[in-house]
Amino acid sequence: MIDAIRYRGLTSWLRETARTVGGESGKGLAFIERNWYLTKRYAWWELVWITYNVVNALSVTFIAAAAQKITPGLHITQAQLNQMIMYLIIGTAIWSFVSVVFDNVTETVTIERWEGTIEYTFMAPVSRLTHMLGTCTFAIVHGLLLTVVQLVVVSLFFHLDISNVNWGACAVIMLVGSISFIGLGTMGAVLPLLYTERGAQMTYIIRAIMLLVSGVYYPITVLPNWLQPLSRISPATYVLEGLRTAIIHTKGAPPLWSDIWPLLICGVVSLPLGQAIFHAGERYAKRTGRLKRNG
Amino acid sequence: MLSPEELARLNAYPALEVRHISKRFAKDDDAGALGQLWRRARGLPRRPRRMVHAVQDVSLTIQRREILGVLGSNGSGKSTLIRVISTLLIPDEGEARVFGHDVVREERAVQRLINRVSVEAAFFRKLSPMENLLYSARLYGLPMRQARTQIQDLLARLGIKADRINRPLEHMSRGMQQKVAIARAFLSAPILLLLDEPTTGLDPRSKQDVQTFVRELRDTHDATILLTTHDMDEADALCDRIAIIDGGRIVAEDTPEGLKRAVGERLGLDRPATLTEAFMAFTGRDWEADEPEGDDEDDE
Repeated sequence: MIDAIRYRGLTSWLRETARTVGGESGKGLAFIERNWYLTKRYAWWELVWITYNVVNALSVTFIAAAAQKITPGLHITQAQLNQMIMYLIIGTAIWSFVSVVFDNVTETVTIERWEGTIEYTFMAPVSRLTHMLGTCTFAIVHGLLLTVVQLVVVSLFFHLDISNVNWGACAVIMLVGSISFIGLGTMGAVLPLLYTERGAQMTYIIRAIMLLVSGVYYPITVLPNWLQPLSRISPATYVLEGLRTAIIHTKGAPPLWSDIWPLLICGVVSLPLGQAIFHAGERYAKRTGRLKRNG
Repeated sequence: MLSPEELARLNAYPALEVRHISKRFAKDDDAGALGQLWRRARGLPRRPRRMVHAVQDVSLTIQRREILGVLGSNGSGKSTLIRVISTLLIPDEGEARVFGHDVVREERAVQRLINRVSVEAAFFRKLSPMENLLYSARLYGLPMRQARTQIQDLLARLGIKADRINRPLEHMSRGMQQKVAIARAFLSAPILLLLDEPTTGLDPRSKQDVQTFVRELRDTHDATILLTTHDMDEADALCDRIAIIDGGRIVAEDTPEGLKRAVGERLGLDRPATLTEAFMAFTGRDWEADEPEGDDEDDE
């Protein structure tokens, strides 16, 4: 009898949970679909952005190609040169990815302020977790697509051999790293929520610090000792190290674990922290009337 | 969508209960917190923050299926009140309950029951009405196939031609955009609809379409409506009761006839006063005049 009651309780809980999850995923789809429609409407801007990123990546990567000419007397083999080029290609690609994700997430709030729709989104019965997961999922897929295009185009300029790349390991690193980027993006999105006029630009400081400390264009060991602890808490550091291991050193999955577990910890910490910060920001905006002001 | 059980439970409560709500906003003359820090760094005393009382000790009750009109001049606190009820502002004092749910503590439960139309139609203007409304339908958990049909029906009834539904909203007139905004609010079938000057700027025919639609929503869907308007004829025609708000305070509340009769007697007229006369008698000013201590929160 008690077992039957327990069973009924469990099945009804499971049914209720499945219904809630289903309902929230449908609502999360609202943000993905809306951002897709907006991206389609601004298709020319996508072309401009890809061109900018490719040109930027090429400008940085050619520094490696010119290393021997810049430093008289330096002798490096073609293999070492290719390794340097690949090192920078990965750096520029991940930097583009992080930029697209941050832009997409912060623009979610900025565009809504610009269009005046922010109050309608914030008064809809949608949890902020669903809101941010929907927004960030689109941002990550969008960022990955743009990054792949950039990688392909830039690689064509340098004729690199990528036949031994461990693509599976790359996918795992990007997937795990994205959890942390969702958390950081959510923290960044609170700035345009609170600072109407310049909030979006304020997120550049988060990105700039990540660029400095994460080893995008150089190993973090060249940084002053007092800056290196910051490198260790930046998820981009582990994504870059993991990808460079998988692409340049073409190792299998086991050695990558040293990059994956810190990423998992970053994700577990940054996701709820991002939610908590955004929640606090939203409450402050509702107390002070900052949701209303368009800017 | 609410289940029949949920709807039955809601009947036990008034549609809206507002109790002693107050809301103030700080008006910083300098750069806000940074400005204060700069003053402190220079050894200057902290500049006192200028506070504007947008809403002061407002209490209201609306029963289910009732249409309550809130009349007030620009900056009188109407929109602030609607924002508190819409869960977009947290009041400094007092509480508001929608069908028994507290707007601050039970935000999500309230959001499922309400929707709002404001004077400014706010949309993603690069997107079409269909794309904007599908976004809204998804946020409110409507099944997509049903939503598409409903959107087409709603827009057709509001006089928007089928060939405009899939074109960007930025090419539509303000009046047309406002109709799409009204369709967006009706789409989620709210049982408490907050209409903040919904017909401002619409042509007479569009106004009439919207007013007919509001009545239908109440009659066929049992919706309760809180309407703020500057249009005295509209208030007279639609509202069961009217509250007049002035300087953030409710200064009169009665049926349209009750207000007109009371003011007619007060002015010694041999006929009931008009609603405009009643409004001016209670507020001491024309409805188009701004409040002296203007709350720009109210000016959308």
